[in-house]
Amino acid sequence: MLQRIFAVMIKEVRQLARDRVTFGMIIGIPLMEILLFGYAINFDVRGLRAAVVDEAGTSLSRALVGDLQATGVIVLEPPSTSVADLRRRINSGKLSVGIVIPADFERRSLGSDRPAVQLIVDGSEPMIDGIARSLASTPLPSRAGLQRPPGRFFEVYTEFNPERRTAVQVVPALIGVILNMTMVIFTAAAIVRERERGNLELLITTPIRSGELMAGKLLPYVFIGLLQATLVLVVGMWIFDVPLNGSLAQFYLAAALFIASTLTLGLLISTIAATQLQAFQMAFMTMLPSILMSGFVFPFDGMPKPAQWFAQLLPLTHFVDMVRGVVLRGAPLVDLKVQVAKLLVFFVVTLLIATRRFHKSLD
Amino acid sequence: MTEDMAIVARGLTRRFGKLVAVDGVDLAIPRARIFGFLGPNGSGKSTTIRMLCGLLEPSAGTVDVLGFRMPHDAEKLRSKLGYMTQRFSLWDDLTVLENLEFMGQVFGLPGRERRRRIGERAEEYALGPLLDQRVGTMSGGQRQRLALAAATLHEPELLLLDEPTSAVDPQSRRDFWESLFGLVNRGITILVSTHYMDEAERCHRLAILAEGRLVAEGVPQDLMRDIPAAVIEVEARDTVAARRALAGDEAIRSVAQLGLRLHVLLDPGVASPEERVRQRLQAASVEARVETVGASLEDVFVAATGFRNGPVH
Repeated sequence: MLQRIFAVMIKEVRQLARDRVTFGMIIGIPLMEILLFGYAINFDVRGLRAAVVDEAGTSLSRALVGDLQATGVIVLEPPSTSVADLRRRINSGKLSVGIVIPADFERRSLGSDRPAVQLIVDGSEPMIDGIARSLASTPLPSRAGLQRPPGRFFEVYTEFNPERRTAVQVVPALIGVILNMTMVIFTAAAIVRERERGNLELLITTPIRSGELMAGKLLPYVFIGLLQATLVLVVGMWIFDVPLNGSLAQFYLAAALFIASTLTLGLLISTIAATQLQAFQMAFMTMLPSILMSGFVFPFDGMPKPAQWFAQLLPLTHFVDMVRGVVLRGAPLVDLKVQVAKLLVFFVVTLLIATRRFHKSLD
Repeated sequence: MTEDMAIVARGLTRRFGKLVAVDGVDLAIPRARIFGFLGPNGSGKSTTIRMLCGLLEPSAGTVDVLGFRMPHDAEKLRSKLGYMTQRFSLWDDLTVLENLEFMGQVFGLPGRERRRRIGERAEEYALGPLLDQRVGTMSGGQRQRLALAAATLHEPELLLLDEPTSAVDPQSRRDFWESLFGLVNRGITILVSTHYMDEAERCHRLAILAEGRLVAEGVPQDLMRDIPAAVIEVEARDTVAARRALAGDEAIRSVAQLGLRLHVLLDPGVASPEERVRQRLQAASVEARVETVGASLEDVFVAATGFRNGPVH
């Protein structure tokens, strides 16, 4: 039995290695996706034009301006002489951010209830507002002898860092999106192709059992899936500074469970599709709702209830939850047992249906 | 009786919805012989073969293959069965060696034995220089030799070949048939479907299928001798006029032209067929030489499949 499973595996890997395009896609799709998504959803805009009205003119105020500039988020234009001038420049679109340091800055910074510094933001572009807020939350070093925590200097106060979190949240979930895309398509196509070309008709008359054939065809893709997950994770950590706060072993465990689920989905599709084209179409049919409704793009809690119920049927929904938990929040899988259980149920149910159908489709 | 028979089928029937693809076929195929299925496309050859190897379940009737009841015992039969599908169904993107290795593994041949047999088959079917070549780049004849090598790698007792020579040139076909006789001499039973008359004539026994029914069965020479029709050959300068003269006679079931000659099949009930043809030609004042000849297998086929090319009009 093992010999036959092994024979099918070797054959699959050989065929895959010969199929340059598919082989390229195994590496190419994850790379392309992570770079596209990583950069596209990156709100880490730099070089906003800003100007200062420094009514205080002390060494402390100059140090603060220096620190703000050092974040790289703003690039300082020549200073304005008055707040009115600053607003005029913002109105005319020459500035995105104005920084107003009042004359009593030193006193305010020493213990007033009033914020020490005011940021004036061009509200016409929603993104800039978020960036300015993030700027305000940038922890400034207290090297200038500031005696209050720097966060309270600003009128805009937030401990939230939208810029960072958005990018970071995209990449782990992207692992799921990529696996969902490649695993389903590859397996479905690999099986349908054999039926299309008549290979299956020959195989059925040999002693190979349908279970052995299935195992031999799917197992190589488990490794390919883990390879892709690793690739995206490494590139994410390297280029996008995604932290890995949880355990690597648990990450792989979650990934393996998800890969198994997507493979059975691919298998199921292969038992329904008559041609490779149909297999592709069906795979894409499952892709779109997965991307849109899994919480990858839009916040899950923001969706209407029926949409949330439907999204429960998608394996990606549970994996996005799990992978964000493990990678970002450092949660152990035990704490994510609900998601794990849901994914397991999906895997088992799909496997049962797919195996039955696969067996039948050989007749 | 059944001991000497590789395949015994009784009332074998397969329906696809309303269509009856195979209709009550009885077969007794002896061991170590080449048994041919001759029939036009859609006559039920492939469907029958698929039922014999357990790919399809019969709608009615029974079939025993090598003593195994199909499709119930299909699993047990598999290691004793070699099957060549109508379409080449090995892997184009693998090399000859990889394909053979794979099939050997699937049939559970241990490493050393597998390599020995692959070596043997490579020699037997002239695949040696092609071992490392990808199958997708090979000719029809080469692919077919590979398919036969793969189908015989596990030394089956029964070989089912579904139109094996449809994509192959005449020389390769000749070589292929020589290989088949080599296999038969080793005691292997071969069932081959074809729509080539010359191939059908090479079989030890032949079954002619038409529209799912078995319409004739026997040794090809016997079938030709016992043809249920009179075969007359007409040689005329003006074949068009000759054909016209022969049209409209109900006893004349088929006229086929071969160059300047017409091959005429008449109802077996006609008392003196040669005279009858001659009279019709004279009545139309067509000059021709008329002669009774032996039936060809094609005549047998035409007669058995119900004169679908005639009656002449």
